[in-house]
Amino acid sequence: MSKIEINLNINGETVATHAYPMARLLDVLREELRLTGTKEGCGEGECGACTVLINGEIVNSCLVPVAQCEGMEIKTIEGIATGETLHEVQSCFITHGGAQCGICTPGMVIAAVNLLEKNPNPTEEEIRNGLAGNLCRCTGYMKIFESVVEAVQNLKSKI
Amino acid sequence: MRAYLPEFEMITPRSLTDALDLLSRDAGVWQPFAGGTDLMVLFESGKLNHKRFINILPFNELRQIEITNEHITIGGLTTYTQVQSNEILQTEFSMLCRAASETGGQAIQNRGTIGGNIANASPAADSPPALLAYNAEVELISSNGSRWVEYKDFHTGYKQSVMRADELISRVRLRRDTGDWKTYYRKVGTRKAQAISKVCFAGAVKLDGNKIEDVRIAYGSVAPVPLRCVETENFLRGQVLDKTLIQDSRLKIQEEITPIDDIRSTLLYRNNVSANLLEDFLSQAMA
Repeated sequence: MSKIEINLNINGETVATHAYPMARLLDVLREELRLTGTKEGCGEGECGACTVLINGEIVNSCLVPVAQCEGMEIKTIEGIATGETLHEVQSCFITHGGAQCGICTPGMVIAAVNLLEKNPNPTEEEIRNGLAGNLCRCTGYMKIFESVVEAVQNLKSKI
Repeated sequence: MRAYLPEFEMITPRSLTDALDLLSRDAGVWQPFAGGTDLMVLFESGKLNHKRFINILPFNELRQIEITNEHITIGGLTTYTQVQSNEILQTEFSMLCRAASETGGQAIQNRGTIGGNIANASPAADSPPALLAYNAEVELISSNGSRWVEYKDFHTGYKQSVMRADELISRVRLRRDTGDWKTYYRKVGTRKAQAISKVCFAGAVKLDGNKIEDVRIAYGSVAPVPLRCVETENFLRGQVLDKTLIQDSRLKIQEEITPIDDIRSTLLYRNNVSANLLEDFLSQAMA
């Protein structure tokens, strides 16, 4: 089999790339497009480190063959900040020590941002549920959880 | 060992008809590929049997939820996220919504499909016990037509089913007749989220006073297939639901299930937990 041309919209830009159809979206992002913010943890959909958004929904990019992404809108961690201005979730991860080794962080941030977009006023349980697919081996989760709680408060006070 | 990418093909046919034609022309060569949450794990570890895949995910006609007075019919490509957000499923088929909410995390639920969960035929899958307890029916389509099969007859052995290589799961149908039944779903795993089950249970019971008029009991991870426990159901049906009956049913269920030791749990633990879950289900129904 040979490579196929794939057209993607990544972080708002149209990109055409060549890849084997069963190449993982994760590898195309990292190896072909050099968007290395997306991490590989387990490679089997257990850890959420490779979380990206496809058409506004979080997915594990290690479980998505790129052939299923033709014409899709993909958002990676590189597309979460606006220029130099961090998203509130990112700022709160910094102030609350929500990131330690950093491998889970891009996935955690994307899951949290997506949660708050869908539900700007989540309960504690909804936050835990929204982050349930993302594993962290450093923080014990509380600092991450507190970062998201703080982001919810800050975003609400901005409205 | 990781899969060697150039050996693999995936195509997206222009229509469902084209996909079914391809499946029937080269039966066994092509494998339907939906959300990929199971297949990609096998792919990554080099354990996929097939080399050629048909991307069926774009076919929206397999993603509809139809509601009539008698049935709710769920398209095979309906994701776990969509299952959870349907109001009829929430109110009348809470066990299925619960199963969908406990399958992986949200990233998996956005991608994984109800048809894929059935076709993958894992005895540890989360939705099959609920589907069994609701007497689900499954529609299989091919270029030669369609047929409905009762879900309890779908799985024939470990990862085996009545589905032919040229068929797709198009719809799953549930009869809306369990509104006044008491139901209980519980998945027991290593952690609360993102775990594969050690034991999974779904039970539904219809009481007439203190008597069991009808009962359905199903398990995951305790047999080579998702298991409907007909013998225990027959034992319970028509009996007065009391503590003695519950204790007797603990023994009965352990005769009917055939769990094994594996990486997730042990035979002994699964036997005990299976009996505990049945007891909890019946005790809550009695209360």
